[in-house]
Amino acid sequence: MFDFLIHGFDVALSPLNIGLAVLGALLGTLFGSLPGIGPINGIAILMPLAYTLGLPAESALILLAAIYTGAEYGGRMSSILLNVPGDAGAVMTTLDGHPLAKKGLAGPALGLSAISSFVGATIAIIGLTLFAPLLAEVAVMFGPAEFFALMVFAFASMSVMMGKDPIKTAIGAVLGVLIGTVGVDSSTGVLRYTFDLPELYDGIDFVVMIIGLFAISEILLMLEHANRKDGNDGLPPLGRVFVSLKEVVACKWTMGRSGLIGFIIGILPGTGASVAGAVAYTTEKRLSDKDNSFGTGNMRGLAAPEAANNASAAGSFVPMLTLGIPGSGTTAVLLGALMLYNITPGPMMFSERPEVAGGLIASLYIGNIVLLALNLPLAGVFARVLTIPRWVLVPGIAILAFVGVFQLHSNLAAIYLMLIIGIFGYLLRKLGFSLAPVILGYVLGGLMEQNLRRALSISGGDLGILWQSGISLGLWIAAFALLVLPWLLPKLLQAKTRKA
Amino acid sequence: MKINKGLSTYASMLMLAGGILAASGVQAQSDATECIAPAKPGGGYDLTCRLAANGLEKTGTIDKPMAVSYMPGGIGAVAYNHVNGVRDDDPNLIVAASTGAAVNLALGKFGEYDADDVRWLGALGVDYGAIVVNADAPWQSLDELMEDLKDNPGDIAFGAGGTVGSQDWMKAALTAKAADLSPRKLKYVSFEGGGEALAALLGNHIQVFTGDLSELQSQLESGKIRVLASLSEERMSGPYADIPTAKEQGYDVQWPIWRGYYMGPNVSDEAYQKWVKRMKALSESQKFAELREDRGLFPMSRFGNEFNDYVLEQVDQFESLAKEVGLKQ
Repeated sequence: MFDFLIHGFDVALSPLNIGLAVLGALLGTLFGSLPGIGPINGIAILMPLAYTLGLPAESALILLAAIYTGAEYGGRMSSILLNVPGDAGAVMTTLDGHPLAKKGLAGPALGLSAISSFVGATIAIIGLTLFAPLLAEVAVMFGPAEFFALMVFAFASMSVMMGKDPIKTAIGAVLGVLIGTVGVDSSTGVLRYTFDLPELYDGIDFVVMIIGLFAISEILLMLEHANRKDGNDGLPPLGRVFVSLKEVVACKWTMGRSGLIGFIIGILPGTGASVAGAVAYTTEKRLSDKDNSFGTGNMRGLAAPEAANNASAAGSFVPMLTLGIPGSGTTAVLLGALMLYNITPGPMMFSERPEVAGGLIASLYIGNIVLLALNLPLAGVFARVLTIPRWVLVPGIAILAFVGVFQLHSNLAAIYLMLIIGIFGYLLRKLGFSLAPVILGYVLGGLMEQNLRRALSISGGDLGILWQSGISLGLWIAAFALLVLPWLLPKLLQAKTRKA
Repeated sequence: MKINKGLSTYASMLMLAGGILAASGVQAQSDATECIAPAKPGGGYDLTCRLAANGLEKTGTIDKPMAVSYMPGGIGAVAYNHVNGVRDDDPNLIVAASTGAAVNLALGKFGEYDADDVRWLGALGVDYGAIVVNADAPWQSLDELMEDLKDNPGDIAFGAGGTVGSQDWMKAALTAKAADLSPRKLKYVSFEGGGEALAALLGNHIQVFTGDLSELQSQLESGKIRVLASLSEERMSGPYADIPTAKEQGYDVQWPIWRGYYMGPNVSDEAYQKWVKRMKALSESQKFAELREDRGLFPMSRFGNEFNDYVLEQVDQFESLAKEVGLKQ
């Protein structure tokens, strides 16, 4: 049964392919760490290159897959160092990653997140190797009704983030949902909140949203603080550089759980790293945040989303390799790359082109080890980025982001929109809102609405479809439990102790 | 360190301004050829641009490699407005388009500009619509599906990767019309891209998927789906040879999805004809035929005025269909 894998390692361990895996890992880390250039763009930009270089199919795929996994590693860097998520999956990483950097623990934070990424990805790759065909069958059981229930579950799990200021968290999430409704309505084609501007037809782009909300607002905050006399940027000198074994061991269950969550969510077509990160983070906060320190620089709060987003990247290969259905935007582009090589993914691929299927999976193992080896020692180097004055660093990143956004849109409207969102983000921050719920509302709200409407068009308007299947019923119960138990449980316990 | 405070304020402001300037500077033109894909990287328009870019370069038709740039927004509307408003006479610029753009033009979604506001250059390849059901579905032929659809339109959900009114929806609407069912009564579910719709078909969440032939290749081999009909003029070759056309089953539904290009409205005749010649030569070369096949496209060769007329006629047809089903007044 595992012949294809043995064959795969044979292929992946050739000098050319190892070289490509290392190159891809490096490039991917770079793409991921630059806000604005995520894995999709990185792959789409390099795909023609791989093709023109005349690389054989398996080598090209190994290169592109290494870029993909590398980007998921890279996304965390600017999250931790600058509070600007490098890509969609790294939004939750900012929550505890950046506070750690503020405490002078940027080095250990980078190291721990690299290890979490490694563990999460490894769990997912093993899952992919062992269960891919079986899991693919489960993945297609998720229809619109099940996805809707999953989104309800994801929103319910966000309730845990309401900690200090529940109303502001809720308002933030709703604002995000509102922003997500801009553009062509995806089922009827009606234009919503576009004010006759074609630039808004496609909705507000994720990159524009993230850079505006996080990076631009950060610059505005800096401008404000620059005139004050209260010392430097508030960052202490760099403390120790490496993460300690104790810290890693303390997070071992966090990584395991989150890796599993990320893998499962990654398999489902249509949900990606951002959903995986959000569910893993909130689950972990619920399970292990005893002293309410999530959000202030808790190591577990950092490990959870990082393990999950890398696991979901590997998980999204399951539907792509076994069914020929892309599980994420990035795998959709990879699928296009396979088509160029006349390879048709699907169950037949494992028997007909074992060197491609096996080589790809083997290269995921190798790429992952390369990424860990690359990222651990470099943590100290990257942490030094913080010693660059922030008034050089953040505007520098913003310029990169401007150029990146312009490159993708060839249109100044996107830049203006980004600035407007930046001002909006600045106001929100001044008013004491946290930005993560806004982004989550924006991502989840769209998915939730689309799937609700799809489900209702299938049923002809009958609401019953939403809880008809076992999967959706289970998710509804779980969501309900998430909302009610934290409130109910202490009361029950109290009652019990009183009786005793 | 005190100087730093004031300095830092200005530095940040300068860099913010510099960012905008740097970004607008990228727009500077050169004499090298360029193809705008009116979408994000990685989609169908990207593929269309790369088909021209790789083809022209590999056959030596152009000396310098053709640049491919992206201009997403309004499902192509932003690029359409850009070419009409800004680069209306650029002799080196072509823009990727497809049947989907013609549908949007028919629906008036490209703002103030109409279909005859640009110069349609030509098409280099074509894909065809297909009517697909799950391998376990009860219908063995298009006829059986159509009969069932007439009796129980509420039990059969169609799905595809576009909104109501999109070219994906048009395939389902035309199929319904062929069964004497009003497209308004049709149960249609829109997904984000053909991949999601296909997944929903495999999971039996929808019953019929109106996709494109080229995206079905891998599924055909796996035997998990059944293609009831291809919406082409005649049977296709290769892996699709066993798929009957809708026409030969007695339903006259055809849906070619061409992949072509347009140029600005004020491009000189000389420059336009030069491109027509280039494209024609390209489409006749053997090397290009391989490139096209790699991308899962079938041959189509319409250039210059012939193509221009073809597109305008198509837009007219779509417009009357849209009016018929109440999508447009």
